[in-house]
Amino acid sequence: MEGSTQDKVITALKDRYEDQILHIDTPYDFLTVSLKKEKIVEIIQFLYNHPDTKFQYLTTLCGIHYPELNQIAVMYQLHNLVANQRIRLKIYLPAENPVTPTITPIFAGANWLERETYDFFGVIFEGHPNLKRILNVEDMIIFPLRKEFPLEDQRREDKNDTMFGR
Amino acid sequence: MNVNQPVIEQEEKVEEKQYSYLNLGPTHPATHGIFQNVLKMDGEIIVEAEPTIGYIHRAFEKLAERRPFYQITPLTDRMNYCSSPINNMGWHMTVEKLIGLEIPKRVQYLRVIIMELARISDHIICNTIIGQDTGATTGFLYLFQMREKIYEIFEEICGARLTTNIGRIGGLERDIPQKAWDKIDKFLVEFPIAFKEFTSLLERNRIFMDRTIGCGPISAERALSYSFSGPNLRAAGVDYDVRVMTPYSSYEEFDFIIPVGSNGDTYDRFMVRQEEMWQSLSIIKQAIEKVKKEPAGIFSARTPEFCLPPKEEVYNDMEALIYHFKIVMGETEIPKGEVYHCVEGGNGELGFYLISDGGRTPYRLQFRRPCFIYYQAYPEMIKGSMLSDAVITMSSMNVIAGELDA
Repeated sequence: MEGSTQDKVITALKDRYEDQILHIDTPYDFLTVSLKKEKIVEIIQFLYNHPDTKFQYLTTLCGIHYPELNQIAVMYQLHNLVANQRIRLKIYLPAENPVTPTITPIFAGANWLERETYDFFGVIFEGHPNLKRILNVEDMIIFPLRKEFPLEDQRREDKNDTMFGR
Repeated sequence: MNVNQPVIEQEEKVEEKQYSYLNLGPTHPATHGIFQNVLKMDGEIIVEAEPTIGYIHRAFEKLAERRPFYQITPLTDRMNYCSSPINNMGWHMTVEKLIGLEIPKRVQYLRVIIMELARISDHIICNTIIGQDTGATTGFLYLFQMREKIYEIFEEICGARLTTNIGRIGGLERDIPQKAWDKIDKFLVEFPIAFKEFTSLLERNRIFMDRTIGCGPISAERALSYSFSGPNLRAAGVDYDVRVMTPYSSYEEFDFIIPVGSNGDTYDRFMVRQEEMWQSLSIIKQAIEKVKKEPAGIFSARTPEFCLPPKEEVYNDMEALIYHFKIVMGETEIPKGEVYHCVEGGNGELGFYLISDGGRTPYRLQFRRPCFIYYQAYPEMIKGSMLSDAVITMSSMNVIAGELDA
């Protein structure tokens, strides 16, 4: 039964947004769709409304930094609570200028999640009602979850870890 | 200046309405954790609220990127520290899902017992504190002894009480000792008595009902839009429970009901948690019966590459020593992949989104923390209510600062 829902979702998505899909995969039975960044809000709205998909619950949203590709991915994870179908959507933004529209008009719960993603990755969500840092101090100038920021000061001399690395 | 001195009444009328601003928190005894709310008040009515969080942010997601998988368990302890075994096991199950480890049935049932005990202790805290905040200290003291009993059981199982670090990837670190079983049996007898007393104090108490019904309500529609989960969502009338929707650790074999409320107010949240405690109790009893049918002595999957061997073997057996060394030094072969696993934590869907690049640490780990997600609805829920309602709304949402800030 779950397979058929999943097929329906893929069909519905492909019918309308074939050109936007970069890649479809199901790692660990979890439908994952990589998309082009341009129409993400439209697609989420489409998945929200379409009778076959009805992804009306935002489970989570987060950023992922890929320094070697110079990209920041934003992952949206949606859930259809009626059919118990989950989907993960990913878009890839350039790391120098990660800008994407907000999804707060669709999901009120995206508000803080987007603020958190801004806080840690510097992704700017256009149209967000209150896009400022949430967990870190406001005068911070870095985006700490990007890979280039080391966990601790590398110049520390009080720790000797020559044997096992840091 | 004498404050009782009568002031001459001024004739001129104030044209614009004057609001006062009040800082509720960061360290206010009624907030149960360190978070601040700047309230815009019209008299005693809240017009607007602006929450500030992050006071105990510890960058767990960044820390996790530099730690071997088994060292992340203590980080999860410190998220929802009222029910840390659920967090620990949720994390273990995520890694097990990633490496495709089959867990023996007995271990799954043992985990269910521990997780449900943790759920009871979590709900005890929340519900007694609602009582406390509405002025009923007696119930608080009655049930807190029972929470102590649960912590004693955890102590027998893993040696720790609050931040448990219970279990290992692949199972538990050791079998549940007989002393712990005795304590569980004793708890199953004693807890219903104390809990009934607590129930009779509050559940149908007219004063308590008047105080909590209609206080801090949220509709099912708004709750879903805010991505509520757990008891708070169920109080609004949506029967979403991860244990039933996507069963883990053999929850599909247990017989229990999911209580739902209708108004999503403080009373409904209280009642949902009350009923969940009874259900947890019944699940524990069922799990104990199931454990008895399984072959004794199995407490871990014992896959040598991933599961830490028992200490006595490490000291006496070459192979166990090698594997112990390899696991501790992070030389295990973790597959590449991305995996999401969620468990029904004390507050709702606790998810772990893990991306592994095959290295010794996660490439990216995101915690879906239910508190963080539903707390953003708090300003909407308290708008237009009294200050004292805001306090019990917060305590009935069970906002845990550790989970909020991670």
